[in-house]
Amino acid sequence: MVANLGYGALIITFLICLYGISAAIYGALRKAPAWVDSARNAMLLTWPLVTLTALCIIYLLLTGHYEVEYVAAVTSNSMPFYLKVTALWGGQAGSLIFWSWLMSGFASAVTLRKWDRDREFLPWVVVVALVTLGFFLSLSIFVENPFTRLWISPTGNVVESMLQPAGSMLFTQADGRGLNPLLRHPGMIIHPPMLYLGFVSFTIPFAFAFASLVTGRSDDRWIRVTRRWTLVAWLFLSLGLILGMRWAYDVLGWGGYWGWDPVEVAALLPWLVGTPFLHSVMIQEKRGLLKWWNIILVTMTYASVLFGTLLTRSGVLSSVHAFAQSAIGPLLFGFVSIMSIITLILLIFRGRTLKSEGHMNSMFSREALFLLNNLLFLALFFICAWGVLFPIISEASGLIGQVFPSVAHIFTGQKITVGPVWFESTTGPIWLALLVLMAVAPLSAWGASTAKTLSRAAWKPAVAALVIAGLLFAAGIRSPLALVAFWAIAFVICATLYEFWREAAARHRTHGENLLAAFWLLAGRFRRRYGGLTIHIGVALMAFGVIGIEMFQTETQGMIAKGEQLSLSGFTIQYDDLKLFPTPDGREVARAELSVFKDGKFVTNLYPRRDFYTESQQSMTIPGVRSTLGEDFYVLLVDWQPVSSSGATFKIYHNPMINWLWLGGFVFILGTLVAAWPDREREVETGRVTRRREAVVSA
Amino acid sequence: MARLKFLIGGALILAAVVYLIVSSTTANAQYFLSVDELQSTGSKYTNKDVRVSGAVLGDTIQYDPQTLKLTFTVAHVPGDNKDIEAQGGLAQVLHDAVVDSARNRMQVEYYGVRPDLLRNEAQAIMTGRMGEDGVFYADELLLKCPTKYEEAVPGQTSED
Repeated sequence: MVANLGYGALIITFLICLYGISAAIYGALRKAPAWVDSARNAMLLTWPLVTLTALCIIYLLLTGHYEVEYVAAVTSNSMPFYLKVTALWGGQAGSLIFWSWLMSGFASAVTLRKWDRDREFLPWVVVVALVTLGFFLSLSIFVENPFTRLWISPTGNVVESMLQPAGSMLFTQADGRGLNPLLRHPGMIIHPPMLYLGFVSFTIPFAFAFASLVTGRSDDRWIRVTRRWTLVAWLFLSLGLILGMRWAYDVLGWGGYWGWDPVEVAALLPWLVGTPFLHSVMIQEKRGLLKWWNIILVTMTYASVLFGTLLTRSGVLSSVHAFAQSAIGPLLFGFVSIMSIITLILLIFRGRTLKSEGHMNSMFSREALFLLNNLLFLALFFICAWGVLFPIISEASGLIGQVFPSVAHIFTGQKITVGPVWFESTTGPIWLALLVLMAVAPLSAWGASTAKTLSRAAWKPAVAALVIAGLLFAAGIRSPLALVAFWAIAFVICATLYEFWREAAARHRTHGENLLAAFWLLAGRFRRRYGGLTIHIGVALMAFGVIGIEMFQTETQGMIAKGEQLSLSGFTIQYDDLKLFPTPDGREVARAELSVFKDGKFVTNLYPRRDFYTESQQSMTIPGVRSTLGEDFYVLLVDWQPVSSSGATFKIYHNPMINWLWLGGFVFILGTLVAAWPDREREVETGRVTRRREAVVSA
Repeated sequence: MARLKFLIGGALILAAVVYLIVSSTTANAQYFLSVDELQSTGSKYTNKDVRVSGAVLGDTIQYDPQTLKLTFTVAHVPGDNKDIEAQGGLAQVLHDAVVDSARNRMQVEYYGVRPDLLRNEAQAIMTGRMGEDGVFYADELLLKCPTKYEEAVPGQTSED
């Protein structure tokens, strides 16, 4: 009953989408505002309807309607309330509905804004939003229906079907299979929604870019309108990625946070093209340059969002050997291609109107450095996409290898894969270059900036960073790579703080406020700039943590009897006891009790454990971690002797500086919030005035 | 003039990226093979880093917590996704591979923490070298269990 209601709502929403798309196109072409308004109302209707569908699924999940295949696949009786709710995005069919729900929410939100100054955009924004939504709804309706039920025929066969097959009865199991234990973690509960929010909200900037292309409006209105959308999308995307790293660090139990798994890389791709987009739109706002480039970037972001959904949710890469396992793979691929091609054709068609309003004169101007940032990020994007797709590329392109023997080892015609080492060695130098650029670029000026003016602004922080690197050398760090990386990180932080200080000091001189008050005022007034610079500090701190764990991680392992000890990097663990006990939610827990000593002094107890989920026959290793700002001491219980409970095997990691990664993540998010904080329309006006003035200057 | 400078700059970056990709691909890429492919090619891949996937035989898993030596045997599963789909999906293919004693099998040796997901009919994806003794010495072990859950987690990796 409820399943039928949810499915019915889905179909109605889909039909409304089709109507809205037609009405919007007709209204726009015939210049009939009534039709456009009707399309707008149709779009507003989608959100309540998809909400109804989502609520139906949640109801089924909560009440344990195991005759519904999806419910049986992702929940079980023993799961707590919050996990049953979050099981909505625990599997593919549900997460597609969740995607649609977010999409319809954003679509509705955007229709409620004031459209006075850009009415001509409205129908085309509606078209893009509804086409995207309609596509995802059609996946749910025709391919991955979350309401499919299980039926048992008189002969005893169990079949999956939405409608009742003749003569069969509903097949209701007493219990479901439950959510994968690896996903029963707070990080996993908020990580997917955050990532999805980021994915979905990038549709809106694309919709406006598309509308701008169709209507032939060549100013930067679409960028100004969507600036905050883009930032919010980027915020959620970044948050999703950071939470995912934290989950991997806590749950996957290999002492790392990022494994360059294809699914991870797929989620990183939109970020790698959304970030240069955020920077590059500023060039268009300030100088009227790179208009077509920005449209390409936002289209690529939109495409990679869909591509990311395709990879993470379609089972395309669920096995490293498998490509296009689920039926939605080719459909999504087709959809991405069609949308990209239409945009590209429009772009070529509108090429004339997107001419730059000026020229880029100096290699050291802000806009040139931003362009460099763009190129480096796109290089990362290209490398990561290449790495994910390489098994397919190398297998399909054997001919190239035969024709050009010099590259035969790359285009082999056989399946070749690349792993973490490949990604690290390929992207490493580019990350480093980006760090240095992040220090230098904010010190440059728009328009005319020469090597001389730039080095005058940058030499002090560069030298300060050199002093810091020297101190680290004196402290015993000898790896040249680490020293260079630390120098770059220190350079970013010094340059940013120097910039903060310079501006606050200037205001202190002219207005007489004290430095802190001046800084606060400036940060409040120029939120975007100060938010951006704070993000840079956050990234530098995160890089510090990454270098720490990547280059200075140490590990050891061993079997010890009760009372015995094992040492690593100044730490010693002593194995005190092992407790074996069952829990009410169906786990058999083995929990070791350890005393941890640092330099001979007792610091804490740790309780690494392993949970065995009896019903699913899967175990899960939960580390015992002692965290400080300087380091993590991370212990895994590997194995134990149950009978005598005398000996147990532990694996220990010493992860220096890792917590700076999470701390930097907080700073990063804080900076993004500052930059995205709403401050009325006023900003739009001032933006225009400065723009005009600058245009005069550059002319 | 300025335009030329920018073009040269862009070309340099492009060249650097291509160089990075080509050089690290040469150094770090691995052939992805099935057990059959690895065994039938004779010594072609002996002592070369390759990646191979197979179905884990639960009975053969042995773990020595003292030395962290993990040994188990995997059975051949087809490498091509089309074949897997044609034979009824990954879960079915893994099950068939374990049950069918006529399949090619390969012994695997690995040192490290025993992964949580290692069990009967799991898919093991291993990176390492084939020794002259016919044993596969894995440096990296990645496991996937398609049988029960919808796949929404990145595979559990262990590295040494």
